Amino acid sequence: MSLLSVDIAAAGYGPATVLRDIAFDVPAGGRTVILGANGAGKTTVLRTISGLCDVTGSIRLGGDELVGLPPYRVAAAGIAHVPQGRGTFGDLTVRENLLVGGATRPHRTAAMDADRWMDRFPRLAERSGRPASGLSGGEQQLLAIARALMSAPRLLLLDEPSLGLAPKITTDLFATLDELCAETGTAMLLVEQNAQLALGIADHALVIESGRITMRGPATELRDNDDVRRAYLGV
Amino acid sequence: MLLQQLADGIATGAIYGALGLAIVLVYRASRTLNFAQGELALLGAYVSWQLTAWGLPIWAALLASMGVLAALSVVAERVLVRPLVRRHQALPLIIVTLGLMIAINAVVGWAWTYQTKEVPALFGSGAIEVLGVAVSRQDIGIVLTVLVVAIGLGVLFERTPVGLRMRAAISAPESAELSGISTGRTMSMGWAIAGAVGALAGTLIAPELFLHPGMMAPVLIYAFAAATLGGLESPPGALVGGIVVGVVENLAGSYLPHGSDFKQVVALVIIVAVLLLRPQGLFGRREVVRV
Repeated sequence: MSLLSVDIAAAGYGPATVLRDIAFDVPAGGRTVILGANGAGKTTVLRTISGLCDVTGSIRLGGDELVGLPPYRVAAAGIAHVPQGRGTFGDLTVRENLLVGGATRPHRTAAMDADRWMDRFPRLAERSGRPASGLSGGEQQLLAIARALMSAPRLLLLDEPSLGLAPKITTDLFATLDELCAETGTAMLLVEQNAQLALGIADHALVIESGRITMRGPATELRDNDDVRRAYLGV
Repeated sequence: MLLQQLADGIATGAIYGALGLAIVLVYRASRTLNFAQGELALLGAYVSWQLTAWGLPIWAALLASMGVLAALSVVAERVLVRPLVRRHQALPLIIVTLGLMIAINAVVGWAWTYQTKEVPALFGSGAIEVLGVAVSRQDIGIVLTVLVVAIGLGVLFERTPVGLRMRAAISAPESAELSGISTGRTMSMGWAIAGAVGALAGTLIAPELFLHPGMMAPVLIYAFAAATLGGLESPPGALVGGIVVGVVENLAGSYLPHGSDFKQVVALVIIVAVLLLRPQGLFGRREVVRV
């Protein structure tokens, strides 16, 4: 049985409809990547799941309907969302960022988890009491992911984690992401421009064009598909 | 004489700072200047007065009034403010707070008449000698009360999970919401605290000025000067700004020729000077816009 079941008839911002007839599932522990050109509607898929867009249709997490819930209740239901480019709270310290990520859980558990994350990533521990805005781009993205996982989510939504990062740092970040999700068994729905890397850690992929799904299949299959190779892998 | 003036300035300044703090809390929560903040404080002073008239001790009346004003502020936020905040209607929002200011003033005048009333002083009369200067109990009590409230709020914001949620919601509202924080609830909380602090300011200043419906209009201008000087985003800044404004106002009133006529101008000069010379205020940060 699938963890997330998306069946969107239409979604968008007020009168502007961005998505039409988007239906797909993410199994428990599964990893799905959404590929597509700029403006195709990838980000809108994630924002719709999180309750930030107007939508007609049904989005279910483990059988519970999410459509109609405000974003903070979608988060409480078990979906963590790292939005594009600004996943951290710049004014708050690194440790406070982690604690905010655990806002849906008892404070004591969250505090213990925050310490665990800092043991794991000494770079975060070193800057524990400093504002997150002082971190490098790669460290901020790592903090954003750690913050999202602080809520012990069932599903992690990631919007362009590689945005603005150097290639080497992106590669490291994806390796860490792969490791973390494998350890915790957290399912992942990823929007990413870097199709090569994304297809490397995903098991399923969707291609969205102009707000509709035009292709779908196992990640390995899409990686070998000529159209995908030409359009998104640059070969 | 000068030290006496300083002490008086610091005490009234602490009250300006408290009202300035209320303005800052609402600004942080809803990104709007609440012009009704002064009249909400006025209403708080009247509620305190009414409760003492019914026989409650002044301290109990003050606490009850703070509770009532916190609740009313939440209602104002939910009903009048939030729908406009959600639609990013900045200008209509300011007009709404102006309308609320006029409406509360009219209701207060209608309910309690325009005759001045006497609110019992919270700290008794008489003076205490401090470093050779006779400082009134009232002044000392006001400064200590505001200080305690300020420290309490500092602890709430910096050291508790609730405070962390409020700061997260201010720092990045969307990311906060996506982390499971109800930004609507944190907004209401900001208004509630502002309403309670305002009721405190109104009740503290009422014995000094005599309670009448026009009492808070000049105080609001001093409070805006305090908040502007402090940087509009910074709660400690508002308090420090308030004390600076209170002291300058008092000294100008005593030492400038025709000073008492110019007292109000002092606040406006401070507002204009800060906006021209250092728009981010003493404690604010310059807004960095990344292109």
